[in-house]
Amino acid sequence: MKVSESWLREWVNPDIDTQTVVDQLTMAGIEVDATEPVAGAFTGVVVGEIVSIEQHPDADKLRVCQVAGHPEGELVQVVCGAPNARAGLKAPFATVGAKLPGDFKIKKAKLRGVESFGMLCGQTELEAGDDDEGLWELAVDAPVGADLREYLNLDDTLIEVDITPNRGDCLSVRGLARELGVINRHPVSEVVTQPVSAQVDDTLPITIAASGACSRYLGRVIRGIDVNATSPLWMQEKLRRAGLRPIDAVVDVTNYVLLELGQPMHAFDLAKIDGGITVREASADEKLTLLDEQEIELKQGTLLIADNAKPLAMAGIMGGLESAVGKSTQDIFLESAYFNPIAIAGRARNYGLHTDSSHRFERGVDYDLARQAMERATELLLGVVGGQSGPITEQVSDSLPAANKVELRKARIVSGLSIEMDDAAVADILSRLGFVIDATTVEGWQVSVPSWRFDVSIEADLLEELARIYGYNRLPTKVPDQSMAIKSHTESRQTLSRLRHHLIARRYQEVVTYSFVDPKMGAQFEPDIDPVALQNPISADMGVMRTSLLPGLVSALRHNINRQQGRVRLFETGQKFVPGANGVAQTPTLAGLVFGPVAGENWTDSDAKVDFFDAKGDVESLLAVGGNGADFSFKADVHPALHPGQTAGVFCRDEKIGVVGAIHPALQDELDLPDGVFVFELALQSLLEAKVPAFTPLSKFPAVRRDLALVVDRTLAVDDLLSAIGQTAGEHLIDLKVFDLYMGKGIDPHRKSVALGLTFQHPSRTLNDEEINGYVDTVVNHVTEKYGAALR
Amino acid sequence: MENLAALTDEALALVDKAEDLAALDKVRVEYLGKKGQISAQAKMLGKLSAEERPAAGAKINQAKQQVQTRIEAVKSRLERAAIEAKLAEETIDVTLPGRARDTGGLHPVTRTLDRIAEIFAQVGYEVAEGPEIEDDQHNFEALNIPAHHPARAMHDTFYVEDKHFATSGGSYVLRTHTSPVQVRVMESSEPPLRIICPGRVYRCDSDLTHTPMFHQVEGLVVDKDISFADLKGTVDQFLKAFFEVDAPVRFRPSYFPFTEPSAEVDIGCTQCHGKGCRVCKNTGWIEIMGCGMVHPNVFRAANIDPDEYTGFAFGIGVERMAMLRYGVNDLRLFFENDLKFLQQF
Repeated sequence: MKVSESWLREWVNPDIDTQTVVDQLTMAGIEVDATEPVAGAFTGVVVGEIVSIEQHPDADKLRVCQVAGHPEGELVQVVCGAPNARAGLKAPFATVGAKLPGDFKIKKAKLRGVESFGMLCGQTELEAGDDDEGLWELAVDAPVGADLREYLNLDDTLIEVDITPNRGDCLSVRGLARELGVINRHPVSEVVTQPVSAQVDDTLPITIAASGACSRYLGRVIRGIDVNATSPLWMQEKLRRAGLRPIDAVVDVTNYVLLELGQPMHAFDLAKIDGGITVREASADEKLTLLDEQEIELKQGTLLIADNAKPLAMAGIMGGLESAVGKSTQDIFLESAYFNPIAIAGRARNYGLHTDSSHRFERGVDYDLARQAMERATELLLGVVGGQSGPITEQVSDSLPAANKVELRKARIVSGLSIEMDDAAVADILSRLGFVIDATTVEGWQVSVPSWRFDVSIEADLLEELARIYGYNRLPTKVPDQSMAIKSHTESRQTLSRLRHHLIARRYQEVVTYSFVDPKMGAQFEPDIDPVALQNPISADMGVMRTSLLPGLVSALRHNINRQQGRVRLFETGQKFVPGANGVAQTPTLAGLVFGPVAGENWTDSDAKVDFFDAKGDVESLLAVGGNGADFSFKADVHPALHPGQTAGVFCRDEKIGVVGAIHPALQDELDLPDGVFVFELALQSLLEAKVPAFTPLSKFPAVRRDLALVVDRTLAVDDLLSAIGQTAGEHLIDLKVFDLYMGKGIDPHRKSVALGLTFQHPSRTLNDEEINGYVDTVVNHVTEKYGAALR
Repeated sequence: MENLAALTDEALALVDKAEDLAALDKVRVEYLGKKGQISAQAKMLGKLSAEERPAAGAKINQAKQQVQTRIEAVKSRLERAAIEAKLAEETIDVTLPGRARDTGGLHPVTRTLDRIAEIFAQVGYEVAEGPEIEDDQHNFEALNIPAHHPARAMHDTFYVEDKHFATSGGSYVLRTHTSPVQVRVMESSEPPLRIICPGRVYRCDSDLTHTPMFHQVEGLVVDKDISFADLKGTVDQFLKAFFEVDAPVRFRPSYFPFTEPSAEVDIGCTQCHGKGCRVCKNTGWIEIMGCGMVHPNVFRAANIDPDEYTGFAFGIGVERMAMLRYGVNDLRLFFENDLKFLQQF
C-alpha cells in the first residue's frame, strides 16, 4: 500500500523527519518497501494555460501555443508537440530558466524556425506520475501562474508499506497513523464525522440471508446527484499518490474512504435495483458480469449482493457492470458492510480476482466501522455531487463479532521476553493501541481487543504488541542454557555426508535437479509407473514428481554436453516419489552418471572411455564404505531405460536396492545422447548401514596362491562360479580373484576362459602341498560337475 | 728388483687412467694377479740372500698394497659415477601434472546446508527430515495456518493429485516449508527438543528471484523457560558464525501464523558493511531469515502443553545464505547444474 507522507501527517504529525517515520514503521512491523518523492526535483514550473494555438508552419506534429502564466504576466510563445495540446488547457509550464529533473535547463530555443520560450510538461517529465500520453491536464480551476509545487503540494514523499496478512487494520491512513501515534506517544487526530440527517425518506429493504458471512449491512439512498461533477483536486491528488486513478466523483469518494478509514464501500445505480437488497450465497447456474466486463459463472456459495431478480455484485470483491454508476445515473444506493473474512478469503482468487476491497475484507475490516464510513462518504459525496440523502438502513446478523477478551500475566512478560516491564508502561502501550483494560489484578490485566485487531486473541499476541512497541532490539539477548548430557551415538549407521565425500573423491560432482520432471521424460525412464502429478505445475515440463533421479541426471548431462563438457561424472541425492499399493513411497535415493574418458585429458594416460565396469566399480566402492560390502551383490537384470545386456540389479542381502547399467540405445537415440552413458541409482537406506569392525587375529604363516584357468560356458555368470568355489574351497581360502578373462582363438566360441587366483592360509600352521592340492581338486571337481568347467 | 718402482708407477698410472670397472680389473690382473708383473717380482726373491729377502719381500708387498689401495679408491669413484649416471638417466620432469588429479565437489547448496548443520550440531541440535509431499494437516493445519490464510492460495502452493494416496479426499501438497518436519518431531518425541530440519521446499513461483524449488533449514527449540531473548541470542550468534563477521543483527516484528511473537531478521550488509550498495538495495541491511516463538496452537496440535513448555523456531533460506556467503548473483544458477558453476565450490 502506498500513502503520501503529507496525508499521514494530517492525522499524526510528530516532530520527526521522513527517514525516522520510515524507520519507526519498519521496526514496528510495518515494513516500508520504498519511499520516493511525489515529484522529481524541479524549479520554475508554473500553472500555464494555452490561450491560443496554431499549426507550426514547417512541422506536422508541432504546434505553436500562446501560453499564459509567466511570472511577468505576458503571453509567451511555446512550441509543443503533445497530442492533447489545445486552447484552454491548463498544464505545467516550465519557463525559461526552469530546471527539470535530471538537471535539464529550459532555454530559449528555435524549433524548425519558430522561437519557443519554455516548455509545457507531462507527468513523466516532472517525474510526478506515469502518464506519458501528453501534457499533464491540470484542473480547470487551477490558478494560472501559481508555482506548481506549491499548488499541488509536491514537496511530499510517497511511502510504500508492505503490510503482513495479520495487519489488515494498517491498510488505511488511519491505521498507519494509529501505529505512528503509539510509537511516538503522539496524539492522532481522527476525522470528525457528523451524521448526515435524512433529506429524503427513500430506503431499500435489506435482507441478510447469509447471516454467517455477512454480519452487518448498511445502505443509504442518495437522490439527484450530478454524476458529471469532478472530485476536488485535494482528493484526486491523494488518490493519485496512493496509486489510484481518479475515475468519477462517486468512485473517487468510495476509494477515498477506503484509503482513509479502511472501509471498502460500493455504490449502485438505484434505478437498476429491482426491489430490495439481499445478501445471499450464489446458487448453481447464476452468472454475473463484473465491472471489468468479464462474465463470471458463479460458483455455488459465493457471497452475493442481489436484488429481487438478479445478482448485483460479488460481495466484498467487485461490483456488477449492470448496476454500476454511469453517465446517466441520477440516484445511487450506497453500501457499507462487514463481511466475515472467511466468506471472502480465497473467493476472489478462485475467480482470478484481487481487488482493494477483497484484499481488506479477507484480512478483516473493523466490524464497527461501517456506519462511520457511511457518514463520511455521504458527507463527502454531497459536497461533490450534490443530491439528497436518505436515512441509513442497517441490518445486523447474529454473527457480528464481539470483542476478544485476553488475559495478560505479568509473569508471562518476564518468562516470555526476559524483561520486567513497568505496569504503567504496559497499560500505556495497550491503551494507545486501542485495547481496553477491563480489569487490573496483582497477576496482570484483563483486556478487550479493539474491533479492528483481527490478529489478537491470545496472551502471546499481547506479548508481541508489547515487544513491538517497546522495540525488539531493546529486549535482552541470551542463549538457552544447555544440558551437557551425552547422547547415544551408534556406529551401525553412517552419514550421507560420508558417502557424498566418497563419490567426490572418485571425481563425481554433486548436482541438485528439480524434483518435478517432464512427464514425457519421466515415462521414458519408468514407463510402468504412473507418477504423482501436480495440479498446478509451473509449466507442463515440470508436471510430475520424479519416480527416478535418472531423468534429472541425464538432463544435467545434456546441459553440460551442450556446453562443451566431454567428461561428466554427476551424482545427486534426494527423494523419489513412487506410487504403490500403500500410498506414495518417498524414498531417499542416490544416483550417479558417468560419461566420457576414464581420466581427464592428460599427457600420460590413454583416453579410454568409461564402460560398465567403471560405473560398477564406483558403486562397489561406495557399497564398501560402511564396511559391509559383503552384504551386497549384483545380478544381471533389466530396466526399461537401460541396455538389456549391460544392466545389473544391486541387492542388499536379498532385497533389490537399485541398478547400474548403460542407457538403452533406443532411449539414447530418443534423447539424442552420445554413446557411453552409464548410470546407477540406489536406495539410500541400506547404504547408510555400517558394520562395526570385529578383529580377526593375523596369521603368522605363509599364504599360498594357486592359479586356475577354467573354461566354462560364456553364459555362466562368473559370480556363480566364484560362489561355487567359495563354498567348496574350504575355510582356509582367504582370497579369490579373477585376474583374466579370455574369449577367442583356441577356445570353443561358446566358452570363455576365466583365470582365477586362489590364496590359502591357515591361522596357526603352514599348509602343505598335499592339503592345498586337495582343496584345489575339490574345487575343480565341483565346478566341473556343476558347470561343465574344464581346466585350460 | 730394480724395476719394482717403475712397475709400481706404471700400474698406478694405468689405474688412474682406467675409465670403467673392466679396465680397472684388467690393470689389477696384469699387475697384482697371480701372474701379474708385480706379483712376479716375488719369484726373484729366491735369488736373494736370506738377509736381503725380508726387506725385498716387504717392498714388494708395499708396492702391491699401494696399487691395491689406489684401485679401490678408483673403483669406488667409478661406482659412484655409475650410480650418478643412472640417476641422471632416470630423472623425470616432476613439474608435469600427476594422474587422476581432478576431484568432484559438493553442490553449493549442500555445502551451505552442511555448514549450517555443523554450526548447530556444536550445541547439540539434531537433524530431522521428513516427506516432501505433505498432507494438508502437517503443512498447514498443525502450523496454525487456517484454511483461509493467503499462504494457502493456489498461487504459491503446489497441489498434487491425491489419487495415489491412502486417505483419498485429503489434500496433498509439496511442502512449502520444512516446518512440517518440526510438527512430526513434536508429535513423536517429548521435549526438550533441539532440532534442525534441512530440505527441499516448493513454491509455485518462478522468476528472476524465485525458483519453484529451493532449500530451507528450520530450527526448533522446545524446553521449559525458553524466551524471546534465547531466540535473539541464538540467531545473532548463528549469523555471526556463519558469515564469520561481526555484523550487526536486528529483529523486526513480522508475521508467521506458527509463531508469536514473530520476527524478520536483518543482518548488516556483508558486502558494503552498512554503507549501502546494490546487494542491500542501499538500505545497509539484508533480510536474512524469519523466526519467532512457537505459537501455542502449534504446541496444542502436537500435544505439547503450551503452559509447561515454550520454544522458538527459525527458518533459513539456504540459497540466499549461499548467495550472500559466496557472492552468487543469480539464484537460477543453483539448478542449472553447469559444471563451470558447480566446480567453483
